[in-house]
Amino acid sequence: MFRNTRSAPALMAALLLTLTACGDSSADEASSEPSASESAQFPVTVEGANGELTLDEQPDAIVSLSATSTEMLFAIGAGDQVKAVDDTSNYPEDAPVTDLSAFTPNAEAIAGYDPDLVILSNDLNGIVDALDALSVPTLLLEAAGTVDDTYAQLELLGDATGHAEEADEVIADVQDRIEAAVDSAPDDVEGTKVYHELDPSFFSADSSTFIGSIYSMFGLENIADEAGAAAGGYPQLSAEYIVSEAPDLIVLADTKCCEQSAETVAQRPAFDTVPAVKEDRVLEADDDIASRWGPRIADFAEAVADALQH
Amino acid sequence: MTATAGSGTRPGSGHPPATTPRGRRRPGLVLAGAGAALLLTLLAGVWVGALPLPPGAVVVTLLDRLLGPLGVHLSGGLSGTQEAVLLELRLPRVVLAALVGAGLAISGAAYQGVFRNPLADPYLLGAAAGAGLGATLVIAYSPVQTVGPFGIVPLAAFIGAMLGVGCALALGTLTGGSHSATLLLAGIAVAAFLAAAQTLVQQQNTDDLREIYGWLLGQLGKAQWSEVLVALPYLGTACLVLLFCGRALDVLAVGDDEAASLGVHPGRLRLLVIVAASLAAAAAVSVSGLIGFVGLVVPHIARRLVGGSNARVLPVSLLIGGAFLVLTDIVARTVVAPAELPIGVVTAFIGAPFFAGLLWVGARRR
Repeated sequence: MFRNTRSAPALMAALLLTLTACGDSSADEASSEPSASESAQFPVTVEGANGELTLDEQPDAIVSLSATSTEMLFAIGAGDQVKAVDDTSNYPEDAPVTDLSAFTPNAEAIAGYDPDLVILSNDLNGIVDALDALSVPTLLLEAAGTVDDTYAQLELLGDATGHAEEADEVIADVQDRIEAAVDSAPDDVEGTKVYHELDPSFFSADSSTFIGSIYSMFGLENIADEAGAAAGGYPQLSAEYIVSEAPDLIVLADTKCCEQSAETVAQRPAFDTVPAVKEDRVLEADDDIASRWGPRIADFAEAVADALQH
Repeated sequence: MTATAGSGTRPGSGHPPATTPRGRRRPGLVLAGAGAALLLTLLAGVWVGALPLPPGAVVVTLLDRLLGPLGVHLSGGLSGTQEAVLLELRLPRVVLAALVGAGLAISGAAYQGVFRNPLADPYLLGAAAGAGLGATLVIAYSPVQTVGPFGIVPLAAFIGAMLGVGCALALGTLTGGSHSATLLLAGIAVAAFLAAAQTLVQQQNTDDLREIYGWLLGQLGKAQWSEVLVALPYLGTACLVLLFCGRALDVLAVGDDEAASLGVHPGRLRLLVIVAASLAAAAAVSVSGLIGFVGLVVPHIARRLVGGSNARVLPVSLLIGGAFLVLTDIVARTVVAPAELPIGVVTAFIGAPFFAGLLWVGARRR
């Protein structure tokens, strides 16, 4: 529904920013090096979830095993420095997708790309230790809990790749767009009930999650919050509960994985009594955008604002 | 799993004596009690849920629907949303839980009877692994979700389960005739292979992990009338066949030669019971995913109550199995309400301590 609406302009903006950053860069001695607009900042020390990491030079062979980090790197103009991305990094389209797996990562396969920086979102299979043993610089950037975490990761990636200014611009752009989206929502939206669907067996996300924090910004009431903290933020609700809560907005984050749509929801037993279905406020979101914490979260906020208009 | 192979060679091992005095005296009473328990849990299942419904209005609505065709209409029923929740979500779920529980339990009892192995359960011959592979394949690769009015996952699970059991039977027949130990080993080999294939497909499709795991852990949350209608013919037929075979299984327990002299063909009877039990398991699994423990433990509970006679254990298992799964489903959807627990987790959580208690009481009495 909002798959390709805003991404192209955002990328353009990022590219333009790269150019202007080169133009007025104070680091004149760096201008001879291609794509190294701010290498005067190196060495730089950044801190991921796996501890501090000092990069002596601007990395130009980055391996990203995190679909979100891949989106961030390209958004801040570091795409040229990305050598390989994992098999789930499907955005942007020109990302160098490989068969590297983020789910069952293999240190040898990663080392084969001779990376000078590896970015991960999950430490699975002891991959961080394995990469440490190979002396490969590694940054663990775990899933964001709030939009502020997204901004922090963008800033960190900007520092680590030598694109700090572009990162700041992307952050400002995302902030502005989310703010505008929230402002554009109707005044009476406060307390509107939302049901966020992760899959057709009714797994949902409450307000403590990243995606839930977006709904909180709009002042929506998340029906998954009733399940409490015991469910770890992602409770499995029952059809009966969802129908009885009568949500005004249903957001489907299972349109790609599980082929759900406003139509399939309307066909479920008893869902024809739900206001969101009756009044056509079922948002068919992009699973990827709704499950990542990258810059495209602004697209998501705009789609939610749009769905709340009618 | 390896333990089953060893004990499978010892006929009658682990069984209580064929008829305990207690069981012999009042099997009818136990049967009536189990039936009453099933009815009570069904009623409780309809009453309890995330949306509180006024009991009086529930009764009025149900009567209204039942008497509707006769031209009788009652007022004072539930409102629109309440009625939709009751009739389209809660009722089919409770009915499906009863059907699945009954099917798994009688299937397990039949497997235990025919293999004379107390560790046998409905998934022994590859039904679960085959269903798991079928479901995983279509979740991962199928572009469509439904075929006509039916979901593609139940269909694939059913086909997978029957293919799994079919492979095990074919392998067992090729290698050792109807000898039960060989068949068990064939089942283990087929199940291991299918489970490995399932894991492989699952690891290749991490996007679908949540859906696959959800199915593997068992779920009744998506229950609909269409699933009840899909499962009912298979479950009904299989259960009737198994109930009919109970007496013959008891004869078979005496020994193949003695059975043959009494007019029972041991090989054919075994095959019939295994196919019927597998059909029940496949139908149950296809609509609910893999729900463990019911098929293993309920027959033992039944045996504690009415003794070892298959003719008695099978019907009692059917009723207790239905009641047990309706009860565990109530727990699954209320204990962390409005969230839910996977039903497969709850069956073991409730069933294991209960069964341990039964064993303990049984040991003290001896």
